[in-house]
Amino acid sequence: MATHADREALKGVKEDYEYGFHDEIEPVFKTERGLNHDVIDKISDQKNEPQWMREFRHQALDIFFSKPLPTWGADLSGINFDEIVYYVRPTEKQGRSWDEVPESIKRTFDRLGIPEAERKFLAGVGAQYDSEVIYHSLREEWERQGVIFLDMDSGLREHEDIVREYFATVIPAADNKFAALNSAVWSGGSFVYVPKGVHVDIPLQAYFRINAENMGQFERTLIIVEEGASVHYVEGCTAPIYSSNSLHSAVVEIIVKKNARCRYTTIQNWSTDVYNLVTKRAVAYEGATMEWIDGNLGSKVTMKYPAVYMMGPKAHGEILSIAFAGRGQHQDAGGKVIHAAPYTSSKIVSKSISKDGGRASYRGLLRVAKGAHHSKSNVVCDALLLDEHSRSDTYPYIEIEEEQVSVGHEASVSKIGEEQLFYLMSRGIGEDEAAAMIVGGFIEPLVKELPMEYAVEMNRLIQLQMEGTIG
Amino acid sequence: MSVLEIRNLHAAVEDREILKGVNLTLRTGEIHALMGPNGSGKSTLAYVIAGHPHYEVTEGDILLDGESILDLEPDERCKKGIFLAFQYPVAVPGVSVANFLRTAVSNVRGYTSQPVDAEGRSGVIGSNLMPMREFRKELNEKMKEFNVDPSFARRYLNDGFSGGEKKRTEVLQMAMLQPKFAILDESDSGLDIDALRVVADGINKLATPDRGFLLITHYQRILNYVKPHYVSIFYDGRIVMTGGPEVAQMLEEKGYSWVEREFGEAVAA
Ligand SMILES: Nc1ncnc2c1ncn2[C@@H]1O[C@H](COP(=O)(O)OP(=O)(O)OP(=O)(O)O)[C@@H](O)[C@H]1O
Ligand SMILES: [Mg+2]
Repeated sequence: MATHADREALKGVKEDYEYGFHDEIEPVFKTERGLNHDVIDKISDQKNEPQWMREFRHQALDIFFSKPLPTWGADLSGINFDEIVYYVRPTEKQGRSWDEVPESIKRTFDRLGIPEAERKFLAGVGAQYDSEVIYHSLREEWERQGVIFLDMDSGLREHEDIVREYFATVIPAADNKFAALNSAVWSGGSFVYVPKGVHVDIPLQAYFRINAENMGQFERTLIIVEEGASVHYVEGCTAPIYSSNSLHSAVVEIIVKKNARCRYTTIQNWSTDVYNLVTKRAVAYEGATMEWIDGNLGSKVTMKYPAVYMMGPKAHGEILSIAFAGRGQHQDAGGKVIHAAPYTSSKIVSKSISKDGGRASYRGLLRVAKGAHHSKSNVVCDALLLDEHSRSDTYPYIEIEEEQVSVGHEASVSKIGEEQLFYLMSRGIGEDEAAAMIVGGFIEPLVKELPMEYAVEMNRLIQLQMEGTIG
Repeated sequence: MSVLEIRNLHAAVEDREILKGVNLTLRTGEIHALMGPNGSGKSTLAYVIAGHPHYEVTEGDILLDGESILDLEPDERCKKGIFLAFQYPVAVPGVSVANFLRTAVSNVRGYTSQPVDAEGRSGVIGSNLMPMREFRKELNEKMKEFNVDPSFARRYLNDGFSGGEKKRTEVLQMAMLQPKFAILDESDSGLDIDALRVVADGINKLATPDRGFLLITHYQRILNYVKPHYVSIFYDGRIVMTGGPEVAQMLEEKGYSWVEREFGEAVAA
């Protein structure tokens, strides 16, 4: 979400916009429905990509076709791959008018108190010029330090050598069916490169560069943090993202080199008809720290298990995730930590809330490979059920191939306490608000890790979810 | 003056009758102590007054200034000025005392029911709160006045509090919410001598002419500090005797076996 300063900046830019910037809108282009090698060529042509990327896409498509739908997780049978438009030029989204945005979404914006400019942007209507300018002023600062923060398409154009070196090295196309799909049709996402020893103080927010294609369905993000550097990347918005497409399948690859740090924060709040199937993985080298903070509120189905592969001694991985499953939603989320070197440590904290028949599953993998002695890992997953019809499951997989390790795993499922509700209500607090407070308290240990604006928004969203006004 | 009148109140939990015809009138400006053996139904009475959903009122009524409150939700009863200091305050992890109290006070004082925009819509829950600075100032003052360490504002509500700390925090809540009628369920239990003084002082500070108290206790001890106008003996789901402070004294001397001899048969009959 934009800070106050951003909003001030937005105001100024608004005027420029009114002076005719919109003349520059590019012609609309989108591929036909369905997926075949022709579509891949069209995407590649449109993007004017290097040959190696075109070939990579074609190979990925074959892998996608060859792999069956995963059956171990959420129910994906509702996805009709032939109905999906796989590539839409962003101008298409800009062309949507405010009137087409569903009432329920507008109402939610209202209640969240989101400023006009931002609402339109969130709904996929205009306003991208605004963020573009904010982004540019920050970009100058970053450029001085040698930091690269671009949309992935520009990244490939302007820094082909770096992209080529790292692209798909963490998550190969063959990793899983949806990684293959993303590899074939990816568009947008972020490219971040932080040079050796540089500490980026302001979190990099994808929001700043919305003009690019990052709101797409098949974003591809690549983050490289060089030795001793640090960065916090924040993706997504807390307001519901209205999309006319029903499948979102992103890939995020992160490389954290020796003694570097990376934190990646996402709050996902897709509208409740979206399948959100995301592959996120980081490799952390010696002494490096990787932290995933992941909030999943929206979507119909989410399958997302951010992973940290600890490749060097003393690497540290952390995954904090919150899932909220309301009516008709299945949040199948969790995390994977792979200890591949000695003296590595990891922590997974997962909190889920299920309400109105929603289902939240924790699916986690903790693996300590041979040779990763003196590794430590602690996994805690807590589920809160708000009513009788809701559901929570835990699927923890633990594979330990080394002797001298310390591993902890705790899981709890609780129902919202009647006594807690009564106690709060006896202090004049209405039932919905009391329940929202209890839920807020339940996720507080994770929310306090979020940047301030996101924490505030997150709490408000939870309150809205509790009122049942979203979706 | 306000009156809280409990009339022939019968209440059951899971089909077992626990309150068997309670009659009791509380008036603002008065302190009414209620004593009775373990399991006789004192906390049940307190819960039923506050509106706990577990207990079913099978007969009788509770009237606040002549109007029944039985159909009101617990939060509505609180807004009408009824406060219950719990025998066992409930922990709410992750919710700070300050945040909780600000929400409670904002509800009770009507901030939250104000419209957020010109069209008169009310907002996201929690969006209309007492202004932060005003609230903080008041909370700080009250914490000082009622001897609660300021660090408690940031702690999670009753989470990991000692027994005594919980009871003090209940008194602080009462001070912030300024009820008309306060039911204190064993606010004096489990306190060391100093804490007992603090809690008793707190009650005395709040015992103004516009407030009435029902003081549920097992011990004469607190009545040395807080002077009740009436003392009632509660036995097997009803009040069997009411008098002045001398009743507490007598109970202390004779014990509940005396009550049982005196009233046991009448109750059983
Ligand atoms: N929710 C409940 N479910 C079942 N039984 C209950 C419930 N609440 C109270 N009771 C029973 O009702 C009776 C009265 O309990 P209550 O807590 O009101 O007693 P009390 O007078 O407050 O006792 P104490 O002095 O020990 O606090 C007890 O036998 C208790 O077990
Ligand atoms: Mg009791």
